[in-house]
Amino acid sequence: MTDTPMLEMRGITKRFPGVIANENVDFDVYAGEVHTLLGENGAGKSTLMKVLYGLYPADEGTIKIDGELVTIDSPTSAIDHGIGMIHQHFMLVPTLTVAENVALGLKSSRGFLTDLDVVSKRILELAEQYGLEIDPSAVVWQLSVGERQRVEILKALYRDARLLILDEPTAVLTPQEVDQLFATLRQLIDDGRGLIFISHKLHEVLALSTRITVLRRGKVTGEVPVEGATRESLANLMVGRAVKLIPDKLPAEPGDVALEIRDLTVVGDRGVVAVDHLDLDVHRGEILGIAGVSGNGQRELAETIAGLRQAESGSVKIAGKDVTGALPKRVREAGLAYVPEERMREGSIAGFTVWENLLLIDYDSPDYRKHGLFDFGTITDHAASLVEDFDVRTPSLETSTGSLSGGNIQKLIMARELSSDPTVIVASQPTRGVDIGAAEYIHRRIIDKRNIMTDAEFIQAKLVEHRTACTAIMMISEDLDEVFGLSDRIAVLYEGKIMGIVDPATATREEVGLMMAGVAQGEPA
Amino acid sequence: MNEVFTTAVMVAVVASAIRLAVPLLLASLGETFGQRSGVLNLGVDGIMLLGAFTGYYTVLKSGNVWAGLLAGAIVGLVLGLASAVIAVTLQAEQGISGIGIYLFGLGMSDLLFQKLVGTPIPIDTFPAVHIPLLADIPYIGEMFFQHSLVIYLAFAAIPVATFVINRTTFGMKIRAVGEYPDAADTLGVSVSGVRYATEIIGGTLAGIAGAVLAITLGIFQQNLTNGAGFIAIALVYFGAWRPTGIMLGALLFGFVNALVLELKTLEIIPRDLSNLAAMAPAIITILALVFVARRFRAPSALTKPFTRGK
Repeated sequence: MTDTPMLEMRGITKRFPGVIANENVDFDVYAGEVHTLLGENGAGKSTLMKVLYGLYPADEGTIKIDGELVTIDSPTSAIDHGIGMIHQHFMLVPTLTVAENVALGLKSSRGFLTDLDVVSKRILELAEQYGLEIDPSAVVWQLSVGERQRVEILKALYRDARLLILDEPTAVLTPQEVDQLFATLRQLIDDGRGLIFISHKLHEVLALSTRITVLRRGKVTGEVPVEGATRESLANLMVGRAVKLIPDKLPAEPGDVALEIRDLTVVGDRGVVAVDHLDLDVHRGEILGIAGVSGNGQRELAETIAGLRQAESGSVKIAGKDVTGALPKRVREAGLAYVPEERMREGSIAGFTVWENLLLIDYDSPDYRKHGLFDFGTITDHAASLVEDFDVRTPSLETSTGSLSGGNIQKLIMARELSSDPTVIVASQPTRGVDIGAAEYIHRRIIDKRNIMTDAEFIQAKLVEHRTACTAIMMISEDLDEVFGLSDRIAVLYEGKIMGIVDPATATREEVGLMMAGVAQGEPA
Repeated sequence: MNEVFTTAVMVAVVASAIRLAVPLLLASLGETFGQRSGVLNLGVDGIMLLGAFTGYYTVLKSGNVWAGLLAGAIVGLVLGLASAVIAVTLQAEQGISGIGIYLFGLGMSDLLFQKLVGTPIPIDTFPAVHIPLLADIPYIGEMFFQHSLVIYLAFAAIPVATFVINRTTFGMKIRAVGEYPDAADTLGVSVSGVRYATEIIGGTLAGIAGAVLAITLGIFQQNLTNGAGFIAIALVYFGAWRPTGIMLGALLFGFVNALVLELKTLEIIPRDLSNLAAMAPAIITILALVFVARRFRAPSALTKPFTRGK
């Protein structure tokens, strides 16, 4: 390391209406190191990086590159200063080829004509150098997630980025792809580049980082070297108090089969088979975790069970009742509660008030009717008790749901679904993106109920509670920590097939990771 | 009955189809640039009308058809710029704002016509250019090689547009901005800049299309285009955002139109049904849209204003 950092951000403050996203943040990176930015969703990591990449102007603070004060007011100036960003949501144009995506925005060697052959040649050189195998003429929408990420990295390298920002790069990768990515990243550091790694996955942070800066609610709460840091110590810095990473739960006592799936085949939106002759049982009193990389049929499976998608063949039974092809309403009557993946688009109606969203699944119940009209007294009482029980932080029942934080919307959906006294719960990505905005409130409200918990922990705890109340729970998640922490059995989904079912107490991440990559259980890798 | 389908009639129909296709082709081509970059301009017909009046009035005053064409282009350019300000900078709802531009063009062109001209006075039309040798081929020559220069140029614009969209850095930017503007933005491409450019191209071509229409007919009247600008927008979908597809659509439309006109002239279609028959081209376009165009996907960012970092 040299004395002058390649990047030095000092006193960065960024305000949004009503929120301070970054408050007086200091952050620096030296050549040849990985400086990790750690924090929960909404802690301000992405905002800080968007400031660095010229996507947001900072309200206060300075940025120095190689010791010199610079102004970065657009992505172009960031690129000119040698900064490259690998965005969490890939910034690739799906209808363009790999070479076109790389060449976009660059000066062509042929003036106003494209020079894709020249670009392709250079891409192949870089790809070889860094082990990022790719076909430059492939159209991006046809590539796998792992390949798309390689294109993102190549885009930055092609522009000679010396400082690379990686915003949650592992979120969509299998454990093996993560290993491959890390190998490439280490090679980049050896070349003297600086890396900013953004993540909330603690074991990955510990594996890759040189230094770790933790953000909480926009402020730096600690800057520590990786030596001596542990998952617990980092989690404490992230949340601000002792955290239980895995919720307590009683051993499972599985009862009868409540959800029975036989030979289910579903065709996805693109016309290809998304769920492929799948058989699965979920018993009362157990949580079956479905692990898998996004896009391997999870969505189609959940939607078919919920009656939102037609099956090509096979059957779905809830508590012995065949609900294959039944209307969503009938499936719910048979005992299903459904927590969809997209809480804003499918789980709730953003423009509806809190009580309206809580009423969505049983608006026609006679309990809520008086003289053929809504009985607002009963409805309001019921909604108020749900809001209290599930700790939904909302100014009032009349508040528009869309204005709540992600964590509170998710708790609202949980309240509605879990209170319907279901036999089977299908929950997709129950804590993905749940922010800590409501953490302080939860802290006070549930202190007598359980250990101090974050939103995510609270939702997980609610799921555990339902298991003991003898509900069958299918939890679909891309978060392996969540899957391992909550499940009584883990089924791994790959290209619409179950690769194997394992016991989380004895299985390893590597084992599950291999199955996520398509190696069936017991097969040699 | 048989004499209707004589060679002479068919030759006339084909030649007329090509002439009728050209204003649509030009306007539609311009709209394609805008849509490929993510901007829907529903005001094409209004721009065509103002281009048509300006072109007509310039020829009326100067006697020079090329000055008329240029005047139409300039008016189109200005209105294209105005459309860009509304859609890109002010981020207006594109499904609505274009209708405003249309109504402005419709009203303004008529107002100017009433104030400045009053009664329709015929003007000079584009001189026909007989391509040496080719124009003398029996039938073929009359169908394809005895048109005016603008018609040859309009068809020449098709491969040029294809080339620009697919082979130039500008075209690559247009495609990127229309599909995923955020990605283009992070690479330093100016999303607004590209969209301004395509809207100006679109406006200019719509203005030219209007001028070509007026100067080919040699006349102007209220609502001269009779909705041609809207057909041009439909043709963009019909042609799946590709210049060659749009050309085929414009020719199909022109052919049906020419055929109906011919059948009316020959009184094959009874007079009292002629208005019904006049709807045929529109109906055929709609059917073609329903069955052909739905196989293709519109640019993902079409009609969506862009804001950085959202």
